[in-house]
Amino acid sequence: MGNCSSSVCASVVVGAPAAGAACPTKGFCGGRGLATLKDGAWTFNPLAIQILGICSALAVTNRVETSLVMGGALIFVTVCSNLFVSLLRNYIPHRIRMIVEVAIIATFVILFDRFLKAFYWPMSKQLGPYVGLIITNCIVMGRAEAFALQNRPALSMVDGFANGLGYAVALVAIGFFRELLGTGRVLGYTLLAEPWYTPNQLMILAPGAFFMLGIIIAVFNTLKQPPAKEAKK
Amino acid sequence: MNDTSTWVILFAAIFTNNILLANFLGMCSFIACSNRIGTSLGLGTAVTFVMVTTTIINYAVYHYVLIPWGLEHLTFIVFIAVIAAFVQFVEMFVERFSLKLYFALGIFLPLITVNCAILGASLFMVIRRYTFFQTVGFGLGAGLGWTVAILLMAGLRQKMRYSHVPEPFQGVPIAMIVTGVLAMVFMGFAGMVSIT
Repeated sequence: MGNCSSSVCASVVVGAPAAGAACPTKGFCGGRGLATLKDGAWTFNPLAIQILGICSALAVTNRVETSLVMGGALIFVTVCSNLFVSLLRNYIPHRIRMIVEVAIIATFVILFDRFLKAFYWPMSKQLGPYVGLIITNCIVMGRAEAFALQNRPALSMVDGFANGLGYAVALVAIGFFRELLGTGRVLGYTLLAEPWYTPNQLMILAPGAFFMLGIIIAVFNTLKQPPAKEAKK
Repeated sequence: MNDTSTWVILFAAIFTNNILLANFLGMCSFIACSNRIGTSLGLGTAVTFVMVTTTIINYAVYHYVLIPWGLEHLTFIVFIAVIAAFVQFVEMFVERFSLKLYFALGIFLPLITVNCAILGASLFMVIRRYTFFQTVGFGLGAGLGWTVAILLMAGLRQKMRYSHVPEPFQGVPIAMIVTGVLAMVFMGFAGMVSIT
């Protein structure tokens, strides 16, 4: 087992359990709201610092549009599942909490999937199985497990929103650079024109996703020394 | 129905449409557990076994329970429940009957429930409208493809310990870049066979 023991999903529990309790500032949710927001969206950015949920981060980011939808989906699911897990936290027996959390998360993923299928069929087609795979996205599960089980509903919603937002921003950043370098166009606007920039098709294919995510994590690493890094090593 | 031959699906799932390098599924455990070849092989075997069996079970559940009763909207929740229950069952079974196998494979089983490749394979099976034999071929191919990818990665990472990686790139970033190169290598297979 060795190196596996600190599996990525477990690291979220070690990574940011005390979110919000760290530095109480005056504000909403008993003064812990802002700190929670900052921790989730920036200090412990789920994608770049905790390296969670990379599957969908790689798969849907070949265009900005799909990244936006995926980010929105994740915000919706984390906020709702955190709220409900937190509301039920005193009634869930400890031994079966995982399966209860999965059931709650799956419910909201199904809601979102139905919504997409009903109103945005082409987008639903494009995202394919990756909407369903939000269920196994470690971020949603990790926040339910590490935060919502210990905190009040309102604060849990803030935490869910912050983590969803941090993930969405990272997703859109990756999507932006991949679409820009891969096609020269972003959301239909031509930014890099043909004569002096030849679109590099590789960026919208699979390898481009890996390169771009690697570079983005490296940039985050340079910007600050992540606290999560020492915990992992 | 999908009229691709089962063999084509099997090989396409290993090489051209590798579930990890082309569809990005199962990245979490891929990054976390690809440090040693032995560990990777154990995890790969466990993933392949669970993937083949759960796609078969989910095929049966989807076509003989969910569709006749008009319950397709419950697909996600049923699939994940089947996977979680099956993994739990296998763990208990292996622990009871073969302690040796339990220490070789059993420790990886809890990790597999949250492996998105397993759920992804079942969802692809539904989206691509596979028949039963195609499902078996796809499950086996996807599992083997994942194993091949993580073994290659483990081999590369063992060598990488002796190279000087720039500090910001140490750890996960360089792993991602190397995976990108691997994905490029596998793109060389593109055009031989393909599945959609």
